[in-house]
Amino acid sequence: MPKRTDIKKILLIGSGPIVISQACEFDYSGTQACKALKEEGYTIVLVNSNPATIMTDPEMAHTTYIEPITADAIEKIIEAERPDALLPTLGGQTALNVTVQLGERGVLDRFGVELIGAKLDAIKRAEDRELFKQTMESVGLEVPRAGYARAMDEAAVLAQEIGFPCVIRPSFTLGGTGGGVAYNAEEFQEIVKRGLDLSMIREVSVEESVIGWKEFELEVMRDRADNVVIVCSIENVDPMGVHTGDSITVAPAQTLTDREYQDMRDAAIRVIRAIGVETGGSNIQFAVHPDSGRLLVIEMNPRVSRSSALASKATGFPIAKIAAKLAVGYTLDELANDITKETPACFEPTLDYIVVKIPRFAFEKLPGADPTLTIQMKSVGETMAIGRSFAEALQKGLRGLEVGKDGWEAGERLSLDILRQKLAVPSAERIFQLKAALLAGMSIDELYQLTKIDRWFLRQLYDLVELEQGLKAAQPQMRACAQASAGSEVHAAGAAVLRRAKQHGFSDRQLARLWGVDEAMVRQWRVQWSVLPTYYLVDTCAAEFEARTPYYYSTYEQPVIALGWRLEAGGSNEPPRATKRKVMILGGGPNRIGQGIEFDYCCVHAAFALRERGLEVIMVNSNPETVSTDYDTSDKLYFEPLTLEDVLNIYDRERPEGVIVQFGGQTPINLADGLAKAGVPLLGTPVAAIDVAEDREKFRQLLDELGLRQPPSGTALTVEEAKLVAHTVGYPCLLRPSYVLGGRAMEIVYDDEQLKHFAQRAFEASQGFPVLIDKFLEDAIEVDVDALGDGETVVIGGILEHIEEAGIHSGDSAMVLPPHTLTEKLMDELRQATKKLAQALGVIGLMNVQYAIKEDTIYVLEVNPRASRTVPFVSKAIGVPLAKLATNAMTGVSLRAQQFTREIEPTYLAVKESVFPFSRFAGVDIILGPEMRSTGEVMGIDEDFGRAFIKSQIAAGQLLPQAGTVFISVKDRDKRAVTLVARRLEALGFELVATSGTANALHGHGLRARPVNKVHEGRPNILDLVKNGEIHLIINTPSGRLPRADEVQIRSVAVALGIPCITTIAGAQASVSGLEAIKKQGLTVKPIQAYHELLTHESS
Amino acid sequence: MGNAWLILEDGTALQGRSVGAEGEAFGELVFNTAMTGYQEILTDPSYRGQIVCMTYPHIGNYGVNDEDVESRRPWVEGFVMRQLSPIASNFRAQEPLEAYLKRHGIVAIDGVDTRQLTLTLRQRGCLKAGMFTRDADPRELWKRVQAAPDIMGRDLVTEVTCEQPYEWPLEGQGTRDRGHEQDTRRINEGIIPVPRPGGRNDPHIAVMDFGVKHNILRQLASLGCRVSVWPAASSAKAILASKPDGVVLSNGPGDPAAVTYGIETIRRLMGQVPMLGICLGHQLLGLAYGGQTFKLKFGHHGGNHPVQDRTTRQVEITTQNHNFAVDPKTVPQQDVEVTHINLNDDTVEGMRHRTFPILSLQYHPEAAPGPHDARYLFGRFLELTSRGQTPVEKGV
Repeated sequence: MPKRTDIKKILLIGSGPIVISQACEFDYSGTQACKALKEEGYTIVLVNSNPATIMTDPEMAHTTYIEPITADAIEKIIEAERPDALLPTLGGQTALNVTVQLGERGVLDRFGVELIGAKLDAIKRAEDRELFKQTMESVGLEVPRAGYARAMDEAAVLAQEIGFPCVIRPSFTLGGTGGGVAYNAEEFQEIVKRGLDLSMIREVSVEESVIGWKEFELEVMRDRADNVVIVCSIENVDPMGVHTGDSITVAPAQTLTDREYQDMRDAAIRVIRAIGVETGGSNIQFAVHPDSGRLLVIEMNPRVSRSSALASKATGFPIAKIAAKLAVGYTLDELANDITKETPACFEPTLDYIVVKIPRFAFEKLPGADPTLTIQMKSVGETMAIGRSFAEALQKGLRGLEVGKDGWEAGERLSLDILRQKLAVPSAERIFQLKAALLAGMSIDELYQLTKIDRWFLRQLYDLVELEQGLKAAQPQMRACAQASAGSEVHAAGAAVLRRAKQHGFSDRQLARLWGVDEAMVRQWRVQWSVLPTYYLVDTCAAEFEARTPYYYSTYEQPVIALGWRLEAGGSNEPPRATKRKVMILGGGPNRIGQGIEFDYCCVHAAFALRERGLEVIMVNSNPETVSTDYDTSDKLYFEPLTLEDVLNIYDRERPEGVIVQFGGQTPINLADGLAKAGVPLLGTPVAAIDVAEDREKFRQLLDELGLRQPPSGTALTVEEAKLVAHTVGYPCLLRPSYVLGGRAMEIVYDDEQLKHFAQRAFEASQGFPVLIDKFLEDAIEVDVDALGDGETVVIGGILEHIEEAGIHSGDSAMVLPPHTLTEKLMDELRQATKKLAQALGVIGLMNVQYAIKEDTIYVLEVNPRASRTVPFVSKAIGVPLAKLATNAMTGVSLRAQQFTREIEPTYLAVKESVFPFSRFAGVDIILGPEMRSTGEVMGIDEDFGRAFIKSQIAAGQLLPQAGTVFISVKDRDKRAVTLVARRLEALGFELVATSGTANALHGHGLRARPVNKVHEGRPNILDLVKNGEIHLIINTPSGRLPRADEVQIRSVAVALGIPCITTIAGAQASVSGLEAIKKQGLTVKPIQAYHELLTHESS
Repeated sequence: MGNAWLILEDGTALQGRSVGAEGEAFGELVFNTAMTGYQEILTDPSYRGQIVCMTYPHIGNYGVNDEDVESRRPWVEGFVMRQLSPIASNFRAQEPLEAYLKRHGIVAIDGVDTRQLTLTLRQRGCLKAGMFTRDADPRELWKRVQAAPDIMGRDLVTEVTCEQPYEWPLEGQGTRDRGHEQDTRRINEGIIPVPRPGGRNDPHIAVMDFGVKHNILRQLASLGCRVSVWPAASSAKAILASKPDGVVLSNGPGDPAAVTYGIETIRRLMGQVPMLGICLGHQLLGLAYGGQTFKLKFGHHGGNHPVQDRTTRQVEITTQNHNFAVDPKTVPQQDVEVTHINLNDDTVEGMRHRTFPILSLQYHPEAAPGPHDARYLFGRFLELTSRGQTPVEKGV
């Protein structure tokens, strides 16, 4: 069946900001869909609030709305655009949920919009627990027995039906806390009672326990001729009980016999047919009892997912692209396999390698969060590694995780008892604790009992420990080998040991430690002894057919001996012949707080820019979620860890003219020095500039020379030194470690006690480098400036004014472009300062400067001679792809030649707002500070500040009420400022409630504010009001750096109940402006292309 | 564990670990791209004469058990892996693969670059190979490989077929049909008919054993057939005398052109009884129709090949294991129609006779290992036998 011609215009919905459980993978899928559908001649209308995505680039879709993903906004878009169809399955849960709302509101019917991919009833069958259960049972599949109870007697009935063990979970608690597993009636009663008390709606769910069962996922595709294929199987190393996003997973499944696998395959096909997903990809999760093989269906996502992105990267089968084509009517047999070009997409990829995915967590940034891994996802990113054995892939993955491990290293040496306790509780550390346990002599069986990790994986780990012991003992042999002559037996034996180690994924650095030499020596040995990586292809077919797509991974193989012929090129180590200019781009590795999609966006733009000019692009990255690791993005993709060893290996093979390190965030920047020392040419800003920017002394000198100011500051290597510096510059001051991104361990301290407390953490994060101590400029306005240079010209990309006052990490602060409170004089000073800095540092490419402005004086806070987090936002706001221009500048095309020589100042306003993971972490205070904690961002764009700001709030999920009761409780310093806010709220018709101090202040200004008890002042108190739903908005500024317990309690209840909570005065002022703006005139929508048309691009 | 050599006739030599029986083995080297099902592959009689290289790098993970066998013993000449699992981890595992290989005298090697080996076969086509667990000058071993007999023109069927006719199920085998634990559901869905033990009045299917996989027999039995299995050299007269309702021409090893007696028997059966040819059985039918077979460059061995039914355009993901194929140009078009094609390389995957009730498939509807997509074809064949109608009249 060919593509449909009865539809012309298709609406695509993205997934919005990056949050835990919805990350770059939906930019990857959405971008693929845009490209695939455009290629077929359809007109694409796209909506996504996330400016850091490739999909929202103005050329990706015909019309792009960077607007909130809400039914209200999309209804307006549908009304304006009148699309024929809506494809809801590529934008994660967000797109699916809003589609259901649009359907239920009748919007789709009213405007005659057809759902393609999945219809409403199919979505509901997959999403509604009860309908899902019925559907599964109708095709003879089992789901875990479960039910809900609102009282003990109801729960008891459920326990009878379900049996023990069962899992009890209170509904509606923050982060899913308070549940438990009951193995008998007594425990059951206890947990249910506690659960009912903890639940805000006095409800618990009771479910048959499948904790410890084996967990699998199948990625399924179906077309409208009812052809179904399984693209990939995934087995979770961490069994049921840990969210698959938080589990170490492998592809393909390792421990299923063919019989079991095929039964699961049959079940998956039945599921997709019964749910009725017409076309496209679905992800189906299964639990298998380890001792009986009993198969349960856990859930099904009727859309592409994180796992389908992983499966695409793991197999080379582009699920989202194919899903988009199936949605418009193609069948699988009509589409080609992209990799082979000659065989059809209607097949099941087969792998001749193993893929390991490892989650990346950010608990260090969320003090107070429970690090236990549960069924609720907590990881913020992931890395994937490919190898020819599990051991190799696991070790590659762990060194690519960038958590300070060079492979599979042992966790803390603890007593066996403590290890046992720790192993029994899934955590991010468990994989490392397993090694400690094996080293301590724990048996595979005991580890199995504690973790229920399949013995196959445990045995692989056990063998790795054994091998490592052998390697350690081989130290004299290796040294002897280094002395021996090539061809001798000693030499051959030594090389064999080294090869064996590399085949098991040991990094040069691990081996260097084992053998007491340095990393460079191991590398030298490897080169001399010809123990070099083989680069193999991800080709979907285990080499059965020729692959046209150069998507590589490294491995180490036993060389083949040619007895009577010469080994041909192409199979292994022969370097590919260079035919054109080649540039290598280093990506950012796994997403983490502080380094995410924004940097991937820059890498992708670099690739696009170079390819447009006909250069060959080599991308290196290890993050399976991203667009950068789409084999379509670059000419060659190396799916490899971003370590010096792995990057140098690729460099040696490819010999590009240069390597771009300034786009992937801190990860490639940290490699820059090592690469430069190894003689690798780095493109753009010289490495020395990075050093000047990071080195406090050199930086101070530079600023002095340029006549620029910075807050008084000093550096310290010990807590005592830190105290001395603090006394010199005066409190409050800001502590920050060197060479970290995202404000890791940054704190503002107000006295010696706080300094002592936080300095320790800062020294740990700084890893031997000095901690910087700056005078903190209270109440200053912070400004970010992005600029680009080509060595001659420097052009300002954008000036962004922070909305929150100084002290909040720039990644967490809301920002507005152009600034809305700065005078033209200050703006000019900022421009001049930025240009001076760029010229002095010799910036070629991008640069970001952070300033603070206090009493009309500009202070330079920091300079980063690399792409910043705000580059995509600025690019979208001004309609200029800054990263592309920077890339061209780095490869010899001046800004003048690119006709970009003047700053663009939009007449409209764009607000960037950050999105936080607090709702997943009970016990973490939501107050913002100098350590970044947001996971993503959204953009609100409109003609005035109020509307742009409110759009950003709506897009970020902060649903400000337009009427109701507002609770105000602020610290003393804010009491004056808040009265103005309160007055405006009163004028908008809000009722005011305040704690005694604030209420007095408001009364003093003639405002009517109902006083309410603080938490410790007796009942009913503010918490009761919040819980009873009587409060609709909270304005609560923290009283100090170490917040009071009752404030934390109020804020966490607000988060749990989804009541908007504003924690800064500036934020409150902006919000009120927004509310006033909506009241005056409702919100409207407008495509980004239309905004860009308002700008006049002038070339000089 | 000692070293072992794997040497190809073109002079490619790989050294690895010996992980099976001691000794040496010769055969045609083929690669199989299935990621699961090594036990079924080892015991598939169609691999007689062949050394099998598994492209998936971890083999043996779930051990072996005596339910997942496709015949009474392993038949591969040798087995090549990237990494043999040191542990069998599965609730049904009875033995680690290594012990099984040793017990059955199968020479096996691991630690070799199986992808390079696969690339070599893809580029050069099927090659003879030898495996040696003793240390020797590889040049000497290479000469022995070159001198080994070619698979072309060799009748391997006589080496694997049963000696006497027998009734299925054999004692202790086949009562448990693989993959059918959840069959009630499939029955409810109408995917397969209700299974019942073969009784006196049930359809009688005679299977010509050219190297039959047990799952063909299990499938027929689960559909309620009485199943008798006949040695490959049985005469048409003897088979017809047992009054079969249908005859299945089984899979089997080697060059179909060498099985001249089988082709002759099939000619005599044509028109007398409905037939279903599977793999070698399909190729023999092609020859019986007057067509020719040819050798593919490196064959199809795996579980992911898309096959399209030309009339419905529906695609099945299939299990394949063959080096020879029917040349469609040589088959008389007026008598025979090509019903299925392989979407990867457009080779013939299925035929039907325009007059007689005869179906044939190049791939494996019995799966084992591999996807179950094509299982329904047994049902389609049984419909032919019960009604005695041709597929043309039925409009299949």
